[in-house]
Amino acid sequence: MTIAIDQGRTKHASRDVTAWDRLKVNRNWLGFWFMLPAMAFLILFLAYPLGLGIWISFTDARIGRVGNFIGLENYEWLWDDSIFWLSVFNTLLYTIAASVFKFAIGLYLALLLNENMPFKAILRALVLIPFIVPTVLSALAFWWIFDAQFSIISWSLKQMGVISQNINFLGDVYWARFSVIFVNIWRGIPFVAITLLAGLQTVSPSLYEAATIDGATRWQMFRHITYPLLTPIIAVVMTFSVLFTFTDFQLIWAMTRGGPVNATHLMATLSYQRAIIGGVLGEGSAISNAMIPFLLAAIMISWFGLQRRKWQQGESND
Amino acid sequence: MASVAIRDVRKSFGATAVIHGVDVAIRDGEFVVLVGPSGCGKSTLLRMIAGLENITSGEISIGNRVVNNLPPKERDIAMVFQNYALYPHMTVGANMGFSLKLRGAPKEEIDSGVQRAADILGLGPYLDRFPRQLSGGQRQRVAMGRAIVRDPQVFLFDEPLSNLDAKLRVAMRTEIKELHQRLKTTTVYVTHDQIEAMTMADKIVVMHDGIVEQIGTPLDLYDKPANQFVAGFIGSPSMNFLKGKVKANGSIGFEGPNGVKLPLKAAPANSDGRPAVYGIRPEHFTIADDGAEAEIVVVEPTGSETQVFARIGGEEIVAVFRERHQFKPGDKVRLKPDPTLVHLFDEATGKRLND
Repeated sequence: MTIAIDQGRTKHASRDVTAWDRLKVNRNWLGFWFMLPAMAFLILFLAYPLGLGIWISFTDARIGRVGNFIGLENYEWLWDDSIFWLSVFNTLLYTIAASVFKFAIGLYLALLLNENMPFKAILRALVLIPFIVPTVLSALAFWWIFDAQFSIISWSLKQMGVISQNINFLGDVYWARFSVIFVNIWRGIPFVAITLLAGLQTVSPSLYEAATIDGATRWQMFRHITYPLLTPIIAVVMTFSVLFTFTDFQLIWAMTRGGPVNATHLMATLSYQRAIIGGVLGEGSAISNAMIPFLLAAIMISWFGLQRRKWQQGESND
Repeated sequence: MASVAIRDVRKSFGATAVIHGVDVAIRDGEFVVLVGPSGCGKSTLLRMIAGLENITSGEISIGNRVVNNLPPKERDIAMVFQNYALYPHMTVGANMGFSLKLRGAPKEEIDSGVQRAADILGLGPYLDRFPRQLSGGQRQRVAMGRAIVRDPQVFLFDEPLSNLDAKLRVAMRTEIKELHQRLKTTTVYVTHDQIEAMTMADKIVVMHDGIVEQIGTPLDLYDKPANQFVAGFIGSPSMNFLKGKVKANGSIGFEGPNGVKLPLKAAPANSDGRPAVYGIRPEHFTIADDGAEAEIVVVEPTGSETQVFARIGGEEIVAVFRERHQFKPGDKVRLKPDPTLVHLFDEATGKRLND
């Protein structure tokens, strides 16, 4: 019996070790094997579309026709396109105005919800509602709220005697911009508020006690304790918020489709309109790609300006 | 510097009363330790002195001011927290100078105050570091520095050494005591560690279940515990308790468990046959021919002394000897409590019976 086993072993060991065998057991390659599924996923759904989008922007591709390489012609074309520049302006206005308000109101709500008060859990859940409702649904609801004829806001104001005729919320250039920004803020606040609330809860209560004894007023506590300790989270949450707002599509498309007279066209909606509705894939891709420098800039600002804090570095032995 | 008076202070959280009328008088410059098992209310009492908890009833005064309704910053106190509560985003210097900065003190004043505290605590080289970059002991020192900078009337310490390892704890203990001798600021120090209390305090307040069991100097508590709780809490290893009866007629003594005879110097008046608890500290046994018969169970030498676990009348007791006896488990020896150092407690109330 033992002899048989020994023979088997010898036989096995004497087989030549192939390169494939080494790849199977080598520890360095093992990491690669574990990474492979994630990598495949990212390449297939992220890197490939991005690469394809960039490639298409250098061609004159249309729907149903593989384009020819035309270099930077699409971009040169956009450079002289006033509607494109209007969409850039709209996107920046939309992003900056919405983000500022989302941050301010979100932070305020987070501070409020962090206090001890009755029905705290229910209130926290309520704050999340705008976030839970699918964007298209809430956009449609607001579409009715801002309707030129049936708007409940116009109706209420008329009843109160503030105005004599309906406000054309989505038909007027300035009102339309205001309305879509308002809806974006409404929808974006919960994300900011709940994330900042989570951040607030990581601040040790004993720090506030120490500050109380050090003689800090409530404002000083916020200014010197809460805010600085919250900056890393603010950086992350606002980066995400800016990225989501900048690339927003659903809300605008459901409410205004970029109108009136392109006043609410964002880069994302203009790209979709040119590429899919208009069928000019090359130009649409170029508009999309034009967003990349803005997004990279936002990430860089957040990364270098806000996230890297000296006090977070160094040894952590707690 | 100031005295602190706590008069009939009570505290309830909702319907749960946690402190049932505490009176403590703390003299100017005194180092007072509040000690007791966890949940006894010592930290709550400290936080009431600090103003972090409301006082349900009673009165606390610092100096001659009743501070019940004063916010913490007007009480002129400084507190050191168990987890240090250092501001992680500020340097050591900024941490220590924070209270002065809030007060709107000019920069020179803040700098000189911080420098003074840093010199006292040897923190000079670390002023520009962040708390994360410091060791536990250094953080502890920064927390004390933050208190010193304020130059308060009273220092409050809330279990400041619990987060340190054993060796550092002993070193910091000495350091805090030295600091107090130097600054002579009235100090209230909370701990659950009776050794910390014994070594550091001018006066110890032993608390248990929201009441004060005894107030006294460390040696008072050791020599004359007012009740069985204090007797068992102070001293390590803790006091042995044997139940039995006092014998006052004829030869005075104590009849322990299973009729074992234990010596007593004097019986309290009218106590013949009274059920009582006989308390004797482990270090107060001697080996003597007229001692009670005991069977050795376990011997634990620590070098400087030897702890001997033995059975007297069926009850397990601990004795500590500085001499190196050659005991083995199972040996029969005669252990004699020193009759002058025996404590008698009432069996029902736990109150001390002898002088």
